[in-house]
Amino acid sequence: MNFLSAFAIFFAAIFTNNILLTNYLGMCSFLAVSRKVDTSVGLGLAVTFVMTFTSAINWLVYHFILTPLDLVYLRYIIFIVIIAAFVQLVEMIIERVSDILYASLGIFLPLITVNCSILGVSLFMVIRDYTFINSIAYGLGSGIGWFLAIIAMAGIREKMDRSRIPNGLEGAGIALIIAGIMAMAFVGFSGMLNLS
Amino acid sequence: MSHIMIAILVSGGLFSFLAVIMVIADNTIADYGEVKITVNNDEELKVEGGKPLLKTLMEEDIFIPSACGGRGSCGLCKVKVNTDIGGYLPTETPWIEEEEQKENIRLSCQIKVKQDVEIEIPEEYLNVKEFETKVAGIRDLTHDIKEITLKLIEPETIEFKAGQFIQLRVPEYKLTDEPVYRAYSMASSPSRKNEIELEIRYVPEGICTTYAHNYLKEGDKVIINGPYGEFYLRDNDRDIIFIAGGSGMAPIKSIITFMAEENIQRKAKYFFGARSQKDLFLVDRMKEFEEKLSNFEFVPALSDPEENSNWEGETGLITEIVDKYLESGENKEAYLCGSPGMIKACVEVLTDNGIPDELIYFDEFG
Repeated sequence: MNFLSAFAIFFAAIFTNNILLTNYLGMCSFLAVSRKVDTSVGLGLAVTFVMTFTSAINWLVYHFILTPLDLVYLRYIIFIVIIAAFVQLVEMIIERVSDILYASLGIFLPLITVNCSILGVSLFMVIRDYTFINSIAYGLGSGIGWFLAIIAMAGIREKMDRSRIPNGLEGAGIALIIAGIMAMAFVGFSGMLNLS
Repeated sequence: MSHIMIAILVSGGLFSFLAVIMVIADNTIADYGEVKITVNNDEELKVEGGKPLLKTLMEEDIFIPSACGGRGSCGLCKVKVNTDIGGYLPTETPWIEEEEQKENIRLSCQIKVKQDVEIEIPEEYLNVKEFETKVAGIRDLTHDIKEITLKLIEPETIEFKAGQFIQLRVPEYKLTDEPVYRAYSMASSPSRKNEIELEIRYVPEGICTTYAHNYLKEGDKVIINGPYGEFYLRDNDRDIIFIAGGSGMAPIKSIITFMAEENIQRKAKYFFGARSQKDLFLVDRMKEFEEKLSNFEFVPALSDPEENSNWEGETGLITEIVDKYLESGENKEAYLCGSPGMIKACVEVLTDNGIPDELIYFDEFG
């Protein structure tokens, strides 16, 4: 559990093992909400926040409840329920506390309850046997990576509004092609370091 | 065995723990208590706070037209909110124009009621309800107009004024991939509270008319909401002029049936314009009304009667016939229903004959 490995994981989660562009997780909200930069910022922040905290909570539950009792096979259902409850709770709190925060971030929370990248982060952290600190670093890094990918996409799509797109490729079609090209660019980073 | 028990206990325990947290949160963080919604500066509703405005109003039986059912994808459920409830949400802005933002128009399915709010909605929405109905009968009135009878299932009765309309929900089918709503006037009298009649004229490629003519069968379930509209008989003793064409018959027939039932013996003339004999319908019904209401006269007019037929009624454009019969506009009011072109031409004739604009009521086909 050294500081360096946590930082390496954090860095790798953003660039070389970007959850969205290398694992292609969290695609549906990525495609649906990437039309404008300011809305993607809200969604990206919400994903980052939820990923960081759910990976921490799920790590504790996994290592202190599921592993000692030999119940790791229950992790899928337990993780999903914890994520859903956490998201719901955060939404309630944000809505109560700040209208501005709710308008920019809270409104996206129900969207990401079913975002597969959140569950993906929790499952990868278990598969790769991360320590608690590493898990948090991985959750935060993955969130920031997802955030980065969606604002890059939104920036491109905003520009694309003014360009001519072949018929039949408009909307999700061209967005998927762009995501593919972005993924190839991110693969270029993988020479630096790799997670497995 | 014991392993299974542990699994059940652990997952049960975890889920119950989370459920308890959610219940506590629901009753503390998300509990906005009872809030007050003031509708049109008049009606005050005491409601449970924290839910979307559209849903809250629906629970109070106030229906704001909405085609998507609160998912924020149709942009129809606009409501004026006079209380400051915070900035526009990203889910609202695609639907609200800048001018509307200045007037505090909000999308009622997206904003939540967290404090006392004052809202403004059109008065007619206050009586609007959604009804589940069943097709009780379909019959041809002419070669292109069908009369469709809908029996109300839930709620079982409808209150409306003769001449008003409802919105009919067309589900997804070949011509539309999302439900659409189209307005049709009731042709039946308001005294028949448990069913309504609609008259639907076929328009080639029309989403609703094609559905009603080619897809709808007896026994099918149909969702409607209403009633809407300012087109109904005003209570006074002026002479009445009705003018209609095609399926514009519907609201006028409703009004005349209502007059016959209530024995309203006001002087009334009903001009009905059609192209030829095959476009005329319900003539016998109108003759019956003439017998019941001694001051009522039905004047069908054909613009292009079939050749070699012994048509004894009026021949010519509806405007010419109205002009011919109208002696003066004094102490008269008029009710018109038909195509925009027909209504425009007829309003001109009526005002030329001295009927003031404000006494001409019309229901235009959209």
